[in-house]
Amino acid sequence: MAVTQLVGSKIHRREDPRLITGHGHYIDDFTRQGTAYAAFVRSPLAHARIKSIDVTDASKAPGVTGVYTARDFKSLLAGTHPAAPAFVAEKKFVPERFPIAEKEVCYQGEIVAAVLAETKAQAADAAGLIQVEYDELPAVMDLEKALEKNSPKSHTDGPDNVCWDFTYTGPDITEAAFKEADVVVKERILQNRLAPVPMEPRGVLAEFEGFDKKLTIWMSSQNPHFIRLFVSGAMGLKESQVRVISPDVGGGFGSKISPYPEDYLVPTLSRLAERPVKWIETRTESIQNATHGRGQFYDCEVAAKKDGTLLGMRVVQYLDVGAYHGTFGAFQPVACLMAGGAYKWKGISARTVGVLTNRVPTDPYRGAGRPEATHLVERMVDLVALELKMDPVDIRRKNFIQPKDFPFTQSFGLVVDSGDYDKALDKALEHAGYAELRKKQAELRKQGRYMGIGFSTWIELCGFGPSAATAPATGGIALVESAQVRVTPTGSVLVYTGTHSHGQGHETTFPQIVADQLGVPYESVELRHGDTAEGTAFGYGTYGSRSLAVGGVAISRAVGKVIDKSKKLAAHMLEAAEEDVVFEHGAFHVKGSPDKSKAFGEVAFASYGMSLPEGMEQGLEAVAYFDPPNLVWPFGTHIAVVEIDAETGTPLITKYVAVDDCGNIINPMIVDGQIHGGIVQAIGQALYEEVVYDDDSGQLKTGTMIDYMLPSANEIPTMIIDKTITPSPTNELGVKGIGEAGTIAASAAVINAICDALSPLGIKHVDMPATPDRLWKMMKEARQ
Amino acid sequence: MIPAAFEYARASSVDEASKLLSKFGEDAKVLAGGHSLIPLMRLRLAQPTALVDINGIQELDHITERGGKLHVGALTRHVTIQNSSVVQEKLPLLAEVAGEVGDNQVRNMGTMGGVIAHADSAGDYPTLAVILDAEIVTNKRTIPAKDFFKDLFTTALGPDEVVTEVVFPVANGPHKYVKFRRRLFDWAIVGVAAQKLNGGWRIGLTNVGPTPVRATAVEKALHDGATPEDASQHASDGLDPAGDLRASPEYKKHLARVLTKRAIQQAQGQ
Amino acid sequence: MKHKVTTTVNGRQHEREVEPRLLLVHYLRDELGLTGTHIGCDTSQCGACTILVDGKAVKSCTMFAVQAEGRSLTTIEGMAKDGELHPIQQAFWDEHGLQCGYCTPGFIMAAAYLLDQNPNPTEDEIRKGLEGNLCRCTGYVNIVKAVQSAAKTMSTSPAKKATVTAGGN
Repeated sequence: MAVTQLVGSKIHRREDPRLITGHGHYIDDFTRQGTAYAAFVRSPLAHARIKSIDVTDASKAPGVTGVYTARDFKSLLAGTHPAAPAFVAEKKFVPERFPIAEKEVCYQGEIVAAVLAETKAQAADAAGLIQVEYDELPAVMDLEKALEKNSPKSHTDGPDNVCWDFTYTGPDITEAAFKEADVVVKERILQNRLAPVPMEPRGVLAEFEGFDKKLTIWMSSQNPHFIRLFVSGAMGLKESQVRVISPDVGGGFGSKISPYPEDYLVPTLSRLAERPVKWIETRTESIQNATHGRGQFYDCEVAAKKDGTLLGMRVVQYLDVGAYHGTFGAFQPVACLMAGGAYKWKGISARTVGVLTNRVPTDPYRGAGRPEATHLVERMVDLVALELKMDPVDIRRKNFIQPKDFPFTQSFGLVVDSGDYDKALDKALEHAGYAELRKKQAELRKQGRYMGIGFSTWIELCGFGPSAATAPATGGIALVESAQVRVTPTGSVLVYTGTHSHGQGHETTFPQIVADQLGVPYESVELRHGDTAEGTAFGYGTYGSRSLAVGGVAISRAVGKVIDKSKKLAAHMLEAAEEDVVFEHGAFHVKGSPDKSKAFGEVAFASYGMSLPEGMEQGLEAVAYFDPPNLVWPFGTHIAVVEIDAETGTPLITKYVAVDDCGNIINPMIVDGQIHGGIVQAIGQALYEEVVYDDDSGQLKTGTMIDYMLPSANEIPTMIIDKTITPSPTNELGVKGIGEAGTIAASAAVINAICDALSPLGIKHVDMPATPDRLWKMMKEARQ
Repeated sequence: MIPAAFEYARASSVDEASKLLSKFGEDAKVLAGGHSLIPLMRLRLAQPTALVDINGIQELDHITERGGKLHVGALTRHVTIQNSSVVQEKLPLLAEVAGEVGDNQVRNMGTMGGVIAHADSAGDYPTLAVILDAEIVTNKRTIPAKDFFKDLFTTALGPDEVVTEVVFPVANGPHKYVKFRRRLFDWAIVGVAAQKLNGGWRIGLTNVGPTPVRATAVEKALHDGATPEDASQHASDGLDPAGDLRASPEYKKHLARVLTKRAIQQAQGQ
Repeated sequence: MKHKVTTTVNGRQHEREVEPRLLLVHYLRDELGLTGTHIGCDTSQCGACTILVDGKAVKSCTMFAVQAEGRSLTTIEGMAKDGELHPIQQAFWDEHGLQCGYCTPGFIMAAAYLLDQNPNPTEDEIRKGLEGNLCRCTGYVNIVKAVQSAAKTMSTSPAKKATVTAGGN
């Protein structure tokens, strides 16, 4: 096992020197000789037939080298956009999707034409000269109306708007529970559609070299190997002919996982134009076209006993798929599988309905289904507590899965590997000063003020993932992780990972693990990622809080293989039997004779020499693919304290406590950073953000950062952050994921606090975003 | 995004600016701070054929007090107004408002003249100008504020007319600007300005209509001895605000009343 | 018609012929190859493009290059001197004030201006001073800590502070 000197330490990030001096390499920082710039013409309408496209003026515009429509791509791009089974194996209708529309556009922003020019300004000008005539069609916007019998269709050639309708567990599972219930609480809970808005918009630079039939793509992606797989396939190229380089990525949050139309079109434009082609997204294009998150509502009922015992839950998830199935659009139904939260249930009946609309597709966004699940169950538990006049803390304790219950098989057969939910809750209550808070609340209520305390005792599953679960979900590729570790003659250790951080600090944390494990100086370990030409044959990317729990362990295993070989060689060098050799503090020595030792570096050099044991090849490197036996299960307790302005309805978070458990910690500074960022994104959803479309025309109304509101430094509360540490038994590092935890936990804490604040008015539930206008209206109506 | 192409000229005097505007024609625009214009141009919602850059006309960047009036040059930046000891002393309400426009970067560039001429209903200075009976001085004439703002983004300015300064009365009595927004750097969802001037209250509302609204009913009620609470009920009299993503018309009217009360109370509390 | 623009950027003079519509941020990135200044939005909210123009923080996406004629500009690339990080840069590194790093140059420049105007800001003043910069990764907690740390360092080493005053280098 590792010698823990670096692991657990706050170590300055290696990524930072270039990033703080302006020498980061983001996609827009790259260029190639002879690059032409692409601009896309996009449908201004949510749903329409394309009548005609007139490119005459555009073709003659200054600097234009070519104007292209769908038919220019038909012979060069095959197949349809990939749509993974994910958590819904049976789909009823998955619309075909070509990267550029030919006859019908189904969401505002869908590409209808492309123009190439010598400069990006000329490309923008020329794009404005392309005349497209449309026949507007009815836009499907409302999920419930979309499911009605005579609803207009999102795709005119589709049977209806049902992408999927899948029952995980039928109502019979919960019949007994609901029969014996003392109370049944029912609610509809919305999950507002969100735009991930990473600060760096998307971009693609592609260079197709015709004579060599080689394609190099630079792009901002969370998973370059998957892009290589999809784009090569669509372009009729072998994976070996395509290299994808994802340099510094300025945030992703799930929106840079799936391949996009531009990821196919830009390389194909390069092929057509016989020169490199570059395209960088504007922010408006980003909000309009990059995949959205959430976009669901849930109809949920919970049955409970009057002593607070939770019995059963019935939940139906309605999910706004968008106009096309996002590559991992069916991932979010995992919310159904996690709807039980941290609690024991007799049974849960769950069904998911994926509805096609005329909006951009939804896909994973930080948390991908688990924020929705947490929000759902934590809201419902509070509603039950309210009904029973029970303290929300007590009802949670009563129903928690207990430490002795682990490993615990939950309602959907998933095995929760470990946890201690009371411990995190205790710590959070202490930090919050819970008893004092309730006292204060009582006082303020007497003064006619609205203060609330909200809990989120969250759990989640991450670290995707075990092959048995993920291979069927992706359509054949298990989401394991790979690592290659190579030691050079002078002892440099090169580590190649298939993950690809976009802010998570892997260049810092992964070498921490390796340096500790090998007992070598931290400075001698180098991490490389993001380039499909380096490292293992396939890497799986960074999302779903998997990089450490899966990628980190793969690295550790590869290092283990290197140590195994070194040990054999060291034994040979020490003229001892292998079983008598011990590896400790970066050196091999004979048991009982610590002075008879060989440092790792000596062994590394020797591995390139002539005196090797019989049958051993030169070199010192290894590849490992780690297939985790289970997902990992972080958990924690968040507490939000909110006051709502009695006159304006403005919610203000006055205190925020987060106690989270991600198992063993490699770099505490990085873990806290992930939690801060995650919480603020959830606060964004709870109070500020929503992608808004006109209900009739489908026009996007929040297309800029003026209207799509990201909170600034002034809109966030001070956060008290603490931890518990319950190592995961699933991997030898004892680690879980933490990248999404803050986002998974926080919206429920905030909304529960708001509901608690407004409960004296008889208000039971508040949907997101809880804007002042909405709260004021509810409060006004309640007072009448 | 990239703006559409335009011609560009720098003016070194107001006279030259006017001549250039005339030369370039009616689709030419003045470029001062650019923080209203350039975002529109980047979205191609505005595509002026020419820009006349007046940033070099130093004489337009000044703050002077004379004869009980505060003369603020059109090119005076928000940050200058915010930090000016003259403004802080003679018209502190204006300094307060300047300090709440946008963020530091915006305040370093945005100008008094720009905000006045752009006439965005969410702009803060126009409200002050209206309630204080300020005068907008151009290269051609002097226009009283109440006659200047015609409609959303529409003023009394003619084609070659350039705002050179805005003249406010000196007023350092009780004052308060309450700017209600979601994020600190946002425009006002609703704003209320309260200024005691010559023994009477001036109350103005931002963003409850296409142009600033002077809450005369509130002023009268206060004059007649009503409490801030009661007087402020009149703040929504006659209002028909447009709803938008941030607030429904009903909510805006409610905010008008609540924020008016708060503005007066906080002004009095000084 | 192209216009000649002469600017001093990080102490070096540059002369270029540019279209009037060329945004200052594109001038820095594409004409001068200084790609440290980033573009994060279309409407002047995010602040990733913040630089100093004659010592004042400005969003370079909301200015045309022609407006910078004769001015002295400081970008993120000009903050470190002779291989030594500026205290603000060091503080961002020490306090983990960045994750993906995309918004970071803008924040560092905005912080430089903030501390120049107010060398000992309270936490509230820091937050207000950074209201024009958005971050999606960090939740701002460590950014505020970084600025606090930089303020402390700079108040004890006035020499470093002098690099970022009006008039540039």
